[in-house]
Amino acid sequence: MIFGVPLQALMGQLLVGLINGSFYALLSLGLAVIFGLLRVINFAHGAQYMLGAFIALLLLTVGGINYWFALILSPLIVGLLAAVVERTMLSRLYKLDHLYGLLFTFGLALAIEGTFRYFFGASGKPYAPPAQLTGAVNLGFMFLPIYRGWVVIASLIVCIGTWLMIEKTKLGAYLRAATENPTLVQSFGVNVPLLLTLTYALGAALAAFAGVLAAPVYQVSPLMGSNLIIVVFAVVVVGGMGSILGAIVTGYMLGVVEGLTKVFYPEASNIVIFVIMAIVLVLRPAGLFGKDA
Amino acid sequence: MSAKSEPIPSEEISAHPQAATIRKVLVVVALIALLIAPQFLYPIFLMKLLCFALFASAFNLLLGYTGLLSFGHAAFFGGAAYFTAHAVKVWGWPPEMGILLGVVGAAALGLVIGAIAIRRQGIYFAMITLALAQMFYFFCLQAKFTHGEDGIQSVPRGELFGLINLQPTMNMYYFVAAVFVIGLLIIWRFVNSPFGMILKSIRENEQRAISLGYSVARYKLGAFVMSAALAGLAGGMKALVFQFATLTDVSWQMSGEVILMTLLGGIGTLAGPIFGAGLVVTLQNYLATSDFPVTIITGIVFMVCVLLFRRGLIGEFFASKLGRKLGFRSES
Repeated sequence: MIFGVPLQALMGQLLVGLINGSFYALLSLGLAVIFGLLRVINFAHGAQYMLGAFIALLLLTVGGINYWFALILSPLIVGLLAAVVERTMLSRLYKLDHLYGLLFTFGLALAIEGTFRYFFGASGKPYAPPAQLTGAVNLGFMFLPIYRGWVVIASLIVCIGTWLMIEKTKLGAYLRAATENPTLVQSFGVNVPLLLTLTYALGAALAAFAGVLAAPVYQVSPLMGSNLIIVVFAVVVVGGMGSILGAIVTGYMLGVVEGLTKVFYPEASNIVIFVIMAIVLVLRPAGLFGKDA
Repeated sequence: MSAKSEPIPSEEISAHPQAATIRKVLVVVALIALLIAPQFLYPIFLMKLLCFALFASAFNLLLGYTGLLSFGHAAFFGGAAYFTAHAVKVWGWPPEMGILLGVVGAAALGLVIGAIAIRRQGIYFAMITLALAQMFYFFCLQAKFTHGEDGIQSVPRGELFGLINLQPTMNMYYFVAAVFVIGLLIIWRFVNSPFGMILKSIRENEQRAISLGYSVARYKLGAFVMSAALAGLAGGMKALVFQFATLTDVSWQMSGEVILMTLLGGIGTLAGPIFGAGLVVTLQNYLATSDFPVTIITGIVFMVCVLLFRRGLIGEFFASKLGRKLGFRSES
């Protein structure tokens, strides 16, 4: 017993929080990467997350392709689709007020979600976890479902991998340079428009990866992304969009805080992240890791 | 918002000598249309249209004239609907007091959300208003007085000032039409007041407005509260027209819808949001009978608007040769 709460319940909710946090981290990472270079808030991020889960489901039911291939194929497909959208439409909006990018991707999200609802209905569909990851291990104080452990580890690997790619590789260096001063980077002979397309595709692919990871945990439904994305927006505001690492850390942190709230004051668990956002805005408007005021 | 990116063609077009008269005639025609419309169209549909037209006009006050994109206006619209419905149904207040409570409640909500949101600008402002409105949505989902998923149902319309029974549809229609016209007059007066001029200057160049000594944050907050209060007026009316208040009106989809109405009609024009609301409400009514989801159309219209005609229908007309000949001007 800790603070009058059974250890098992506490650990259980901590784990749920950590899993939610894994998705918050992956999604806010994608948002931050896209925003950093494109200055576009990708409202379609939730729809791309849903798309990732749905493609995994369709690959399984129609093509008989298993989870492990879907984990690679689905982000590739979504990334490709995103690249097409960026090239043909989104790229026309860079010169305008940034709010138009938000409005465009909002429309895109509505159209994608509406289409899936039309063809697949609003109800959720189960997606079984792969055979290798079923079952649970006894940790002594609780049973840990193996798949949930895998979600946390996989998201950590991808988050750290993406961060390393941006901080340590040459491509990442181009990306960071183009974020600082796109005109100068272009004049050095780097193909900045291509870099923008790749970045948008990468962000969307991260969302799709999160979607495939989420498919066995939550049900696959056309609306699975739309409510999540608003929470992720709040996460991004708390973290401050300036820093990639900040987005990741804030994602996990707020997931855990949300899980703990479920234990101690369940009525507030839906809104705790928004409350934290409001407090952070009052005390530190730039966000916890933000540089710009 | 589109001021910097899309200048209106600048070649001189001399205004038609009778331009002012023609504009006045157009307004009179619109007022007459408002009076006789229920003879030709279903009055409930018209009232819905007027409520949304006022809502979109209130939203445009913020986006078009102050340059702030709020993604959370459903909180004020739907929140006021709840306040009005509760006051009228549970406390037995007369309709005018119920609507007043809706307006005051929405303004108070606007004061809190606005005070937090104006701490950031641009895209952040949009995201923060969205998140705070979502928080209010969850509050409405759990609070006792809203009755969660059921909403507040069978709200009585009551008697206006204890004199006019609002239960007959036509009585209600003329009440809604009157409130709509008053709401628009308030917006028109507000936009053309010194306060409105300062708002426009903030939209055009915030730094310069600061350096001229204006307390920008207070003006923004004032505009935000004003916009929220008028959105509340529309929401309170809607609760009386349909005699219920539900979660739909506080959801983020509703916030998106009002953005679409304004964008489609023309940001920064007085008539634009009204036309946009008319189009969107008509479309929804038309599609309500089929099982084709409205969101697909809404989404595509959104994308097309943003990509191809950012001035909106009325804005494009104002920028056209004929529009400029008649002396129309878009404010954004």
